[in-house]
Amino acid sequence: MTALSASADQAPAIEARELTRRFGDFTAVDAISFSVATGEVFGFLGANGAGKTTAIRMLIGLLAPSSGSARVAGHDVATQADGIRRRIGYMSQRFAMYEDLTVRENIQLFGGIYGLSGTQIRGRTQALLLRLGLEHAHKKLVGALPLGWKQKLALSVALLHEPRVIFLDEPTGGVDPITRRHFWQMIYEAAAEGTTVLVTTHYMDEAEYCDRISIMVDGRIAAMGAPADMKRDHGVESVDDLFVRLARPSSAAAAAGAGA
Amino acid sequence: MSVPAAVTVDAVTKRFGSVTALDSVSFEVGAGEIFGFIGPDGAGKTTLFRILSTLLLPDTGGARVLGHDVVRELWTLRARIGYMPGRFSLYPDLTVEENLRFFASVFGTTIEAQADLIAPIYGQIEPFKDRRAGSLSGGMKQKLALSCALVHRPGILFLDEPTTGVDAVSRRELWDLLGRLRDDGLTIVASTPYMDEAGRCDRIALIQKGRILQIDRPGAIGDRYPLPLFAVSARDRQALTVAVRRFPYTASVLPFGAELHYTDARAGHPANVIQSELGVFLAEAGLADVRVTPIRAGIEDAFINLMSSAEGEGELATAGNTVS
Repeated sequence: MTALSASADQAPAIEARELTRRFGDFTAVDAISFSVATGEVFGFLGANGAGKTTAIRMLIGLLAPSSGSARVAGHDVATQADGIRRRIGYMSQRFAMYEDLTVRENIQLFGGIYGLSGTQIRGRTQALLLRLGLEHAHKKLVGALPLGWKQKLALSVALLHEPRVIFLDEPTGGVDPITRRHFWQMIYEAAAEGTTVLVTTHYMDEAEYCDRISIMVDGRIAAMGAPADMKRDHGVESVDDLFVRLARPSSAAAAAGAGA
Repeated sequence: MSVPAAVTVDAVTKRFGSVTALDSVSFEVGAGEIFGFIGPDGAGKTTLFRILSTLLLPDTGGARVLGHDVVRELWTLRARIGYMPGRFSLYPDLTVEENLRFFASVFGTTIEAQADLIAPIYGQIEPFKDRRAGSLSGGMKQKLALSCALVHRPGILFLDEPTTGVDAVSRRELWDLLGRLRDDGLTIVASTPYMDEAGRCDRIALIQKGRILQIDRPGAIGDRYPLPLFAVSARDRQALTVAVRRFPYTASVLPFGAELHYTDARAGHPANVIQSELGVFLAEAGLADVRVTPIRAGIEDAFINLMSSAEGEGELATAGNTVS
């Protein structure tokens, strides 16, 4: 909580203004504007092809905006992409770690890539193994771990360099329900320490765990707010109902968005 | 069941090296029902589907599909089953229409001859029939794959995780389509890691680490929950979690959307008594807007409970204890 109050007068951790990306004559992300405060857990929802992945790729500096701008951790995504990459973490269901390296080797490798010193890596490796209860398993190959453990380890590794913002792209897909909740506990802990979290998910109950959510439809943000407020305003019981009401894209748009 | 079973599986075991993917699995699927396998990645769902689709041999045990043995009568069976694997496995460089035409011709039929059967699904993607399959969205790929699995008019459909990675809207649409196929008499065996899809099945099997934990109608699975269960909410959720954990009769506390699900350790204790005890306890702990409501267990409650007891002292049960 100290991190929160200390940064209360700082700029938002993520701020997008009219952020736009076109591919040919198709607009994948259409002038979206939003900001995420430091330490906030922000759910970034939308149907397949709505433009979420394109938006995230711009926010982490992998894709240049066609127009508009965004700042992440105080850096401009178009002109200071290197500064952003040092200050953010990223994890997706697809990007895991090196399966034929051990748990400890993966942690050390990523610590090195993030530019941590040998002393920092040793200290944080120990703390990480302890927190995950993996001390006994540090010599195991990552490929031999159950999926849930891989995902928890991947999140811990993505947090190793203490990034200001972490982007989680469907981190809990296919994970069992207990591990899914354990994973969210880790997200809360990171947020409580001041890390800003932007997370996408297809599990609508997880949307309820976010401080605020946005729902993207056809490249635009169709709705944004705290889950409880949004449910009240739209007169629905759950975020799932809200999502289905808002996110049903025209089939033509869904097809056009296929490449995004 | 008076109707002969569409699928009979008897003590099937399959090992890969030191990993037991399926551990003496037995079940029956009735003709004309949607039977769902619900479980996380690594539970053994894909191995089971590959055995039922004659693509993999069981180590021990046997299985019959539509009355045919999956090992000895595989050639008879292959023409009669529709199989949609979990990974997109159509030709990405062929168009939508070319893919469908190819699968029809492999089975000696045509799109036109099967139009009545596939129209409800294929009709939704037909406007894009000249688009290459590789550039379709996730939901549309699934509809094309389903069309291809149906085009030879199979007697049973095996769908391995048809909704994984597909958004909530497309998932609903796909289940609506499956419901219509079932209403027309088709037997469907599907798997999913999404517990909320269990309600779309006539019966479900909860599966974890190669073992079936329970088989029943989705509604009945919740009724078997062994302990009193409540939905609890308060203005400050984090403080609520901490407070409920201190309640002396807590068996488990887990986040479920905007609420917590609280399981009381006292089997058979009256719900209204627990409700008022916990309400008073939380109010005394200083929490505002406290609501405690007795609820019926859902599939995910049941799954977590069965998983924890199956694991015993295992790592997942240990992890579960620290979940808030």
